[in-house]
Formats: sequence, C-alpha cells, structure tokens
Amino acid sequence: MIELSNVTLGYAHKTVLQSLTFTFPERGVVGVLGSSGVGKTTLFKLLLGRIQPDSGRVSGLAGKRVSVVFQEDRLLSHLSALENVTLVNDGRDALPWLSAMQLREVANEPISALSGGMQRRVAIARALHYGGDILLLDEPFKGLDDALRESILPAIKQAFPLIIVALHEQHEARAFGCDTVLTLH
Amino acid sequence: MRPRLQNLSRALLVGAFWIALWQLAAMAVGSALLLPGPWDTLRTLASLMGTAAFWKTVGMTLLRVGTGYILGAVIGTTVGVLTAASPFLRTLLSPLRTVAKSTPVTSFIILVLLWLSATVTPVLIVFIMVTPMFWATTYQGVVSADAQLLEMAAVFHLGRKKTLRHVYLPHILPQYIASSTTALGFAWKSGVAAEVIAAPAFSIGRSIIESKLYVETPMLFAWTMAVILLSVGLEKLIVALLRRVKA
Repeated sequence: MIELSNVTLGYAHKTVLQSLTFTFPERGVVGVLGSSGVGKTTLFKLLLGRIQPDSGRVSGLAGKRVSVVFQEDRLLSHLSALENVTLVNDGRDALPWLSAMQLREVANEPISALSGGMQRRVAIARALHYGGDILLLDEPFKGLDDALRESILPAIKQAFPLIIVALHEQHEARAFGCDTVLTLH
Repeated sequence: MRPRLQNLSRALLVGAFWIALWQLAAMAVGSALLLPGPWDTLRTLASLMGTAAFWKTVGMTLLRVGTGYILGAVIGTTVGVLTAASPFLRTLLSPLRTVAKSTPVTSFIILVLLWLSATVTPVLIVFIMVTPMFWATTYQGVVSADAQLLEMAAVFHLGRKKTLRHVYLPHILPQYIASSTTALGFAWKSGVAAEVIAAPAFSIGRSIIESKLYVETPMLFAWTMAVILLSVGLEKLIVALLRRVKA
C-alpha cells in the first residue's frame, strides 16, 4: 500500500502540502479533491517520484509501475495519434486503446489535425497503453462532454487496479465513481 | 506546383533586375578594369571553368572550408550539449566563446599564420568562426526544450534515444538549420579571407589576390562569383540534408 506519512512540501516561500498523512488502498478509485493551487498536481509529482517531500515519507511505491494523464495533454505534435500512444510501449498493439477512446478512425491523423477533446483522449489512451499498477489522472475529462465521459470511463476503470484522480468538486468524484476521497485544503 | 512556379519567376525577375543594374553601372563607369559588367564576368568565369587549375583550386578551397565547417559543426554541437548538461563546463568554457565571437577574424588569421602552415590556416579559421555558432544554437535548443514533454518522456521511461529523437530534435532542428546556413556563409567569408592573407597554393583566396595584383578585375569578379555560386549551392545541399534528418 502507498502511504504518505506526515508529508510536507513547498516551493520557495509557499507550503503546498502540510503534514499530509494518507494511505491509499491496493485497489479502487481514489479521488483527490480541492480547488486550484491546493497541491493536487504536486501530490502527483510526489507519487511519480519527480520530487521528494521536504519532510515526512512516501512509501510503497518501490517496484510499482505508475502511469499518468497529466493536466496538459503533453503530446508530440509531429507524430500521429497512434504513434504517440505506441511510443510509450512499442511492444504491444496500441489500436485497441484508441478504439476504446473512440479514436480508431483518426489513429493515423497527425495530432495537430485533432480537436482538443480528441487530443485529450489520445493522452488517456497513451496512459492506458503504458499500463501498470497505478494510474494518476489529473483532471482527465477536461474538454469532454458528459456522454463521451460516460462511454470511456469503464475502459479506464478496468485497466488499472488503483486509480487516483484529481478533481475539483465532490459531484465530479461521485460521477467518476470514487470509492475514497482525499480532500486537500 | 503553382506557388513554386510563382516563386521561381519572382526569383528570376529579381535576379534580372540586379544584373541589369550591374550592367548599367558598368556602362556608366565605362572601364572593365574598374567595374566589369556581368557579361565580362561570366565570360571570364566560363573560360576559367575550362581549365583544370580552376577545378583543382575550387576543390582545395572546398576541402579547406568544408573540413573547418564539419569540424566546427561536430565540436560546436558536442560542446553545446555538454555545456547545457554541465553548469561547471558552461562557466569554464564561456570565455572561449566570448573571445571567438569578439576577436576580429584578421587577428586570428595573422596569429594562426605564425603557428601553422598556410594550407592549414584557413581550416582552423573556419573552425574558430563556426564553432561558437553551432555551440550557441545547440546550447539554446537543449536548455529551452519543453520541460513538460521532458517530464512526460521521463515518466513513461522513453529512454535517451527516443527522448532525443522525439523531444529534443523537433525542437532544435528548425533553429539548427537556420544557424547552419548562416555558419556556412561565415565559413566561406572567413575561409576565403584567410586564403587571401595566407595565400596557400591552389586556393580561391590566392587567385583573388593575384587578380588584384595584376589588375585583372574581371578575373577578380569571376572568382568572387565562383565563391557565391559555391556558397549558395552548398547552402541548399545542407538545408536539404538537414530536412531529411528532420523528416
């Protein structure tokens, strides 16, 4: 299990996470709620091993493969949708994930030819194709309409044992089907 | 196809305008010794091209400038990557770049001539001139690469090869192509200037200075035109090669 023990972390003169203690379950969907700037993305960077806490401890990540959908799409504009997804795990066929995101027919289109919503789904397909034990989703449905969200959510939830999703509001957590909620202040 | 034709006809028109202006100026001066016209220059160049010595001279200059340019590109690019990766190296080597950028090329030529042979001097001068340009472009390209894409590459364990190919290269190449062509212009100018002063055997620079000594102005113009044509041809070759890398 991943455990945050008394984690404190800040940038320059601003403390973002203050004495945070939380235990993530082995399986399920955990919603991380809070308004902008409260530390959701910082928490994700900690879980990705990109930064270390100023004090406290993060444990249980050793040997775990962590995938992510960043707040920004972070796609490579010179590649097609399929190439972007394949790149992170080129030993496996990426098309099923693009199909699950309803992007099969635009798989070979360059990223620059896709709409914002399509690009978002390519970023989600990339994270699913990478696979692993934990999926971090930072505001994953930004720019997607309700019908599309509902149709792609089952594929996302089936792909990883543990999903940690950063959202703004409680009703978004309910719509996502979160089992547990961690609220940051 | 149509825009290509339009571009070509526009280029031809612009060329015709400047050649006509040159011809008018030559007619106004009225002396081929002071200002030969385009026809005199072309005729002299054509007769030069019929001699084996011309091709040997062009070949040797091409070899000197090309060697200095390629060495400068390889070393400059490598140092650019290293200084972007190491603040210590950046601090240590930055005075070299400042000296190379601000010292007049003639000072370098005369200094290098004291130490090296006339044949090697143009190679080293071209190297000194172009290395800082490749260095600066590569350094800027590496340090200004998209941090978010680099983080994505690290998180998904893309590895060095894929990160270089898909994150760094698409970012660096447009600026690198532009810099390579600018550096080529500098390479030609500094290389031929070094040849004019060092006067190695079989060099365009020596031919230029000899044309001046014997007051063969059409010859001087013909050699200058040869330098321009070679520079433009090489520039197009380098751009085409780098575009293939980009694709």
